[in-house]
Amino acid sequence: MMDIGNPSLYRRRKAVNAIGLTWSMAAMVLGLTVLLWILFVLFKNGLAALDWNMFTQSTPAPGSEGGGLLNAIVGSLMIVGFTVLVATPIGIFAGVYLAEYGDRSRTAEVTRFVTDIMLSAPSIVLGLFVYAVLVAQVKHFSGWAGSFALALIAVPVVVRTTENMLRLVPGSLREAAFALGAPRWKVATFVTLRAARSGVVTGLLLAIARISGETAPLLFTALNNQFFSTDMNQPMANLPVVIFQFAMSPYDNWIRLAWGGALLITLAVLVINIVARVFFREKVPS
Amino acid sequence: MTSGAAMSVESQRSADDVARVEAVARRQRWQDFLFHKVTMVFSLLVLAALTGIIISLFINAWPAFQKFGVGFIWRVEWDIVNEEFGAAIAIVGTLLSASIALLIAVPLSFGIALFLTETCPTWLRRPLGTAVELLAAVPSIIYGMFGLFIFAPLFAEYGQPALQSTLGQMPLIAPLFGGAMNGIGILAAGIVLSFMVLPFIAAVMRDVFEIVPPILRESAYGLGCTTWEVVRRVVLPYTQKGVIGGVMLGLGRALGETMAVTFVIGNSQRLSASLFSPGTSIASTLANEFGEAADFHLSTLFALGFLLFVITFVVLALAKLLIVRTEKAKGV
Repeated sequence: MMDIGNPSLYRRRKAVNAIGLTWSMAAMVLGLTVLLWILFVLFKNGLAALDWNMFTQSTPAPGSEGGGLLNAIVGSLMIVGFTVLVATPIGIFAGVYLAEYGDRSRTAEVTRFVTDIMLSAPSIVLGLFVYAVLVAQVKHFSGWAGSFALALIAVPVVVRTTENMLRLVPGSLREAAFALGAPRWKVATFVTLRAARSGVVTGLLLAIARISGETAPLLFTALNNQFFSTDMNQPMANLPVVIFQFAMSPYDNWIRLAWGGALLITLAVLVINIVARVFFREKVPS
Repeated sequence: MTSGAAMSVESQRSADDVARVEAVARRQRWQDFLFHKVTMVFSLLVLAALTGIIISLFINAWPAFQKFGVGFIWRVEWDIVNEEFGAAIAIVGTLLSASIALLIAVPLSFGIALFLTETCPTWLRRPLGTAVELLAAVPSIIYGMFGLFIFAPLFAEYGQPALQSTLGQMPLIAPLFGGAMNGIGILAAGIVLSFMVLPFIAAVMRDVFEIVPPILRESAYGLGCTTWEVVRRVVLPYTQKGVIGGVMLGLGRALGETMAVTFVIGNSQRLSASLFSPGTSIASTLANEFGEAADFHLSTLFALGFLLFVITFVVLALAKLLIVRTEKAKGV
């Protein structure tokens, strides 16, 4: 037989190992259970609330029956849509700057640092900021203000993914373009950015997924609107704030709608995430 | 004669070429210069946003800071009618709920990361890893609703009595688990927050565990180390800074989280010894009171927001520095 030296030490090491691995397995099981439980509850309550009226009627008055979430769905789509329109160019250009000129530049270093902080900055504070610089100045809440607040969250996501994706483009591709005499801006836009296209789109999708569920920044900016409105210059209904107000209310009908809305948002976020992953995996072989 | 003329035409042509090439080069240099500056302006927008946030919060918070001074931070008072404000209750609630969340989430996420990188069968690694990442993307309001409608009633009926009859009987910590058990309070908020940051921290930890060069791991296994010893003595020391960075990223999230907390913390401006009692955090105070606030009250809320931003800024900056250092070590 093999000499295992000190048998008691050996036994102890094996025991410690067994305890550690059991803990890790238990943690995985516990973590997944809690998280699946949350999803289960969400689907159970959400599916029960889902009906056709949800997509054809606006939010009901307090205490009344029926109604839907049409105004909130349209409002959310518009606010998020405008956010994407604003955040895409800013995020991509800033990302290109960090990837192209960011190696030895002090500005780029600071920008990168600040972007990373903004990625996890408390979103409610961003709402406060937009309230102070926009809502308080024009003296009314508006869909624009909501978009502005969400853009503050979306831009850092786009900047960082764009930079990372541009850096994945092989150097030989850029060098070949330079050797043909292409100026830097052409290399950056027509060669590198085009090669990293699918990665950049992935970043955009992740940014959309991130902002679709954000509630806190919209509380003080877009606020809410009980009626159907497509005027971005007015307070605007949106799913997250409606869910928040309805879930905290004492009315059963409102709570039912809140679950329905919560399911819609979660489904949207999860679907966008999965699409982003599949898209990225197909186009960029790692 | 003809050859001389041809030559002069030739040299004329080459001079034209040179001029044309120079013109193109000048134009391209100009375009490149423009491109550099334009992209730089866009990236400076991010810097401007951060500076703008800090300055505008501070300006709006100024009346509150002016009246209460630095003492605003530790004043235990929140009386809207008499305009006596202090941030202590909200700060304590924020720090307590975030600490409870980390206390629960960190050991669990460590276990999950260990499972995903060491013991998990290869075919399960990808689906489980993706599941964890997807759960990190679930909007926080969902965790809040789950906390309010599902977790809090169960916690009041089973969790709190169990805690009171065990930990609540021990000396010193008994007061922490006393008082009414209605399922809502700082402890409940901490637990719900821990569900929320768990997938997030686990995903970061798994990522840093994966950067350990296989050769280090394999050498340790080759020396006869058990899996636990490899993780404890090789992987953890190697990724120490990254792990701490990941935990602090989670802390940053937990500190600034609004929705998961507001639903279950109880929103009461009181300080109590018991973790069962309702409290408030900075973010939930903002979410609850901002709509009805005016004038001076508004300015104190901005002061709270400013403090929250400063706290999370420091935490996130430290996290970032630690993670950058681990990534640099990767190049070794």
